[in-house]
Amino acid sequence: MTGLRVEGVYKVFGRRPNEAVKRLRDGAGREDVRPWGTAAVIDADLDIASGETFVVMGLSGSGKSTLIRMLNGLLKPTAGRVLLGDDDLGAVSASQLRSIRQRKVSMVFQHFALLPHRTVRDNAAYPLALQGVDKAERRQKADEALEMVGLGQWGDSLPHELSGGMRQRVGLARALAADTDILLMDEAFSALDPLIRREMQDQLLELQQTLGKTIVFITHDLNEAMYLGDRIAVMRDGRVVQVGTSEQILSAPADDYVAQFVADVDRTRVLTASSVMRRPAAVAFAGGGPRLALRTMRDAQVAAAYVVDRSRVLRGIVRDADAVAATRAGQETLEGLIDDSLTSVSVDTPLAEVFAPAAESPLPVPVTDDKGRLAGVIPRAILLEAMVPADTSTPPKGTPTADQAAVPAATDTDPADAPGTPADATTAAPSAGRATDQEVRA
Amino acid sequence: MTTPILALQSTDQGVPRLPLGDWVDSAISWVTSTFGGLFDAVKSVLEGAYDGLDTVLSGPPFWFVAVALALVALFAKGWKLAVGTLVGLVVIAGVNQWGNAMDTLALVILASAVALVLAIPLGIWAARNDGVSRVLRPVLDFMQTMPAFVYLIPTVVIFRVGVVPGIVATVIFAMAPGVRFTELGLRQVDREVVEAGHAFGSSEGRILRQIQLPLAMPTIMAGVNQVIMLSLSMVVISGMVGAAGLGGAVVQALQRVNVSLGFEAGLSVVILAMFLDRVTSAFGTRSKTARAVAAAGKA
Repeated sequence: MTGLRVEGVYKVFGRRPNEAVKRLRDGAGREDVRPWGTAAVIDADLDIASGETFVVMGLSGSGKSTLIRMLNGLLKPTAGRVLLGDDDLGAVSASQLRSIRQRKVSMVFQHFALLPHRTVRDNAAYPLALQGVDKAERRQKADEALEMVGLGQWGDSLPHELSGGMRQRVGLARALAADTDILLMDEAFSALDPLIRREMQDQLLELQQTLGKTIVFITHDLNEAMYLGDRIAVMRDGRVVQVGTSEQILSAPADDYVAQFVADVDRTRVLTASSVMRRPAAVAFAGGGPRLALRTMRDAQVAAAYVVDRSRVLRGIVRDADAVAATRAGQETLEGLIDDSLTSVSVDTPLAEVFAPAAESPLPVPVTDDKGRLAGVIPRAILLEAMVPADTSTPPKGTPTADQAAVPAATDTDPADAPGTPADATTAAPSAGRATDQEVRA
Repeated sequence: MTTPILALQSTDQGVPRLPLGDWVDSAISWVTSTFGGLFDAVKSVLEGAYDGLDTVLSGPPFWFVAVALALVALFAKGWKLAVGTLVGLVVIAGVNQWGNAMDTLALVILASAVALVLAIPLGIWAARNDGVSRVLRPVLDFMQTMPAFVYLIPTVVIFRVGVVPGIVATVIFAMAPGVRFTELGLRQVDREVVEAGHAFGSSEGRILRQIQLPLAMPTIMAGVNQVIMLSLSMVVISGMVGAAGLGGAVVQALQRVNVSLGFEAGLSVVILAMFLDRVTSAFGTRSKTARAVAAAGKA
């Protein structure tokens, strides 16, 4: 697998690009160098790991399209280096560059850029023809790629007979057929209508799970960036202003521009269950018996406990009344008392999908990992709090219904203190002291 | 009246006489004497080609050629055009212009072919190079707007009377739209598709052959159609310098004020023109590529 490195790259269009770069290096701004050329990319440094989905996000004119075109040598940097694996794209010969493009890096275009006079299959086979693959193998590989994007039946059609979404699937199939390690996607879904776009995003994520390509995805849509990207670079006026995971960018925007940008983001789609979950207040072991479960509930001062087995796999919940009844009846295990009707969510579930279970559940929603083990819980109040952008969340920290004394507990890592858990009414007393401390300090 | 050698003559408006015409005249004389051998070679090649083509068209019996041309029309467009062609050709034969019409057709085909062989590469060059395009544009304007039979004068000086000056003048006159439409067609090709060619590692030559030319083909074919129509109009004019065919008949009719001959020869030109226009424009739009490109444009 091959990674991509961008080192101090500048790209200036115009009459005297080198003069413009010199002045930019001396601290001039984009507007200051206007007489010498248009600075599209200024001092970009990126290190894109192999197998990573890296999104470059910015508004039009931010330089992102210029940047992606330097990653496969369609444009040469005015200064700096673009390293694709070990190859410096600025230094290789024209024929080497062609062979790199044939074998190492392919591209998906905003307006599909299919050859209108060739069939869908021939379009998908186009990179293979350039690689010199023979006809039979070309056909087979092209059909495989079309199958992957769900267009197996459309090989003999012409592109104009397909809808926009299907055409972009052909564009994707063409890039996949090339079987390169690196996939550049230039606003690949921007020309599609929102529903189709969503569908394509899901498909890309699904394909990426099995293919594990290095994907560089350009978009102006922050929601798309956050949905797809392992990491995101935010560009503004030719400069990369922040690089980080979506959660990093959401929770710690590098400057006001990024903060403003992320203010409108649908946080529920970006933040996942794992980023807000808390430790459960009371966990009982299935083999431990009702008496032990009751003690756990009493210690945590809650009315129900999550039941896990020996390997911490979530089984359901047990209620105190049931446990009391079972103890009276002399029952030795929790079998038969476990209520498994509770919906759990996975650690990767976006918060948007936690709302429904949270609304129905009497207890905080349990979060499980990929092996079904209880990883944490999400109390309703935490869910609501997570919706508020980071910079405005400080003053109204509590929810309106929360007891004033319990407010500081919201930031406390002690799970029992989290408001919204069954414990919150009773934990009011211990946290009251700390609340007073904070008020005094304030 | 004696004029001192150094004194400038002046025009009726009192502006010094610009001897542009004299310059061109001496340039042509110089060219004739310097490149005489080359022109003789060109002349014999063109004459040979014309004779060969004319033999193919005029040699076989009338009905054979008429049916062959009707079949071309059938293949290009359909039975309606084929029937129309057949009727038109019978009319030409009926007014006793068949031999002239075939001579003219041979001239048109030869002149158009030469014009396109020169025009399409020039158009490609102009599309790929802005400098060439800038230089070529005024030259093409000049070639197209200069009154057509002005070309006949130097070509007659160079190639003497006969069929060759007609062909050469026709080639120069008819070339311009071929260059223009080729350049336009190539420049109109979706840049993103060309970029896709580059992005997947195609060479310039392959991009030209596999992407740019096929996608520009409908426009280039419109240019081919224009070249052929201009050739036909010029071929008639070149009847004045002794080129064979309908042009000769028209010039004869003009000299003798012969209305009936003029009309019959003129009508034959119109019929030929309609045949050539319909067939070439049909070729431009009926190919699979052309239809796919047109449909993609609409979608």
